[in-house]
Amino acid sequence: MSVVNDTIDWFSDSAHWSGEDGVPHRLVQHLGYTGLTVVIAAAIAIPIGLWIGHTGRLRGLAVVSSGVLRALPTLGVLTYASLFTGIGIKAAIFTLVLLAIPPLLAGAYAGLESVDRQTIDAARAIGMTEWQVLTKVEAPLALPLIVGGFRSATLQVVATATVAAFVPGPGGLGRYLIDGLALSDYPRVVAGSVVVIVLALILDGIFVLIQRAVLGSRPALSPTSA
Amino acid sequence: MKWLNANWDKVIDLLLDHLWLSGLPILLGFLIALPIGWYANRHRRLRGFILSVSGILYTIPSLAFFLILPSIIGTGFLDPINVVVALTVYAVAIMVRSSADAFESVAPAVLDAATASGFSAVGRAFRVELPLAGPVLLAGLRVVAVSTVSLVSVGALIGVSNLGSLFTEGYRTDNNPEILTGVVGIVAVALLFDALLVLAGRLLMPWVRAARTPTRAPISVRLRSGRA
Repeated sequence: MSVVNDTIDWFSDSAHWSGEDGVPHRLVQHLGYTGLTVVIAAAIAIPIGLWIGHTGRLRGLAVVSSGVLRALPTLGVLTYASLFTGIGIKAAIFTLVLLAIPPLLAGAYAGLESVDRQTIDAARAIGMTEWQVLTKVEAPLALPLIVGGFRSATLQVVATATVAAFVPGPGGLGRYLIDGLALSDYPRVVAGSVVVIVLALILDGIFVLIQRAVLGSRPALSPTSA
Repeated sequence: MKWLNANWDKVIDLLLDHLWLSGLPILLGFLIALPIGWYANRHRRLRGFILSVSGILYTIPSLAFFLILPSIIGTGFLDPINVVVALTVYAVAIMVRSSADAFESVAPAVLDAATASGFSAVGRAFRVELPLAGPVLLAGLRVVAVSTVSLVSVGALIGVSNLGSLFTEGYRTDNNPEILTGVVGIVAVALLFDALLVLAGRLLMPWVRAARTPTRAPISVRLRSGRA
């Protein structure tokens, strides 16, 4: 049980709570990467996903390309990209964006697909333009699945940002894991892992609350993504 | 190609490591999740609880999971067992939801008919429910396979050798072809497992081919797959 005691000691050392290498700073960095990545990925994936879902076109392409993106090993993409971009954060952000796109895309187009055709036909019949159908009918009804996409994307990025620390440049919580391993400083490794796991669980919990809020008055439409 | 030609032996060794490190968790995950999913579907009140727990398990970041397992199960820090256990937990987490959905997709009337025609509870589970749940189970298993194959590579960071080792080594030695070999190798293993599962599905469920549309994994599973 010495690992547990060592880890508790690590956490109670005030030196680990301040400065560049402190938990708060690393945590904010980690969240910063996550936020930036998800925003970039959403800016790419959400419009495409909505377009595919609304028009029904290129659906096969979306399924296949997100399948391929999923099979790509993140660590390989990261190391390959960083040989080109050099030391820095660029390769990590690029890789994380690539990883975050499939769930966001799937959430958007599957969300629109899940909307009852009759509802859409009714919206058209009462004279809504295509844009109104999309923004006033389809998107709101698809919201639970779209939020589900954000939830998966965010959690995947939080997890993978840890792996991204393998390349020098990115800070974040992964530094504790990768640097600690390199130095055989196991208390640091375990403490870093605990912080990452707790962060992931808290973020997931927040998304559960958001999904509940989004469902709000529509309990009948059960959240297929949980 | 030059690098690959000169390093075939090494790549083959890493490939074999990769195959067992990913194959074992896929198999174990399926075998463990199947009864849990079946049970969750039978007991509605427990269903939500079981699915929540599996969801929480899947939330744990992989690298952190690999590194924290030794203090929980008492293995060595760099032991391949940590990778196998963590990946099995993820496989179970995805597959429990998939199999609960799969058993749910079996029409209650069919089950009543089976009972009426004299199937015992066990016989009904194995000879009626399981085959009918098959297509959805297969869809979930394919997702598990692809994500497991990809996740094994993270194990290279803790020194467990597999095709992901080509990434860590290639990065240190500034060797593009080596990294590329790893990426292509892992995608190939993922496609191989996927093809084997599809083939197994055709052999075990010849009647499914008649259906036009391929069964897809539930959206919850599709949203979540693919991570590190």
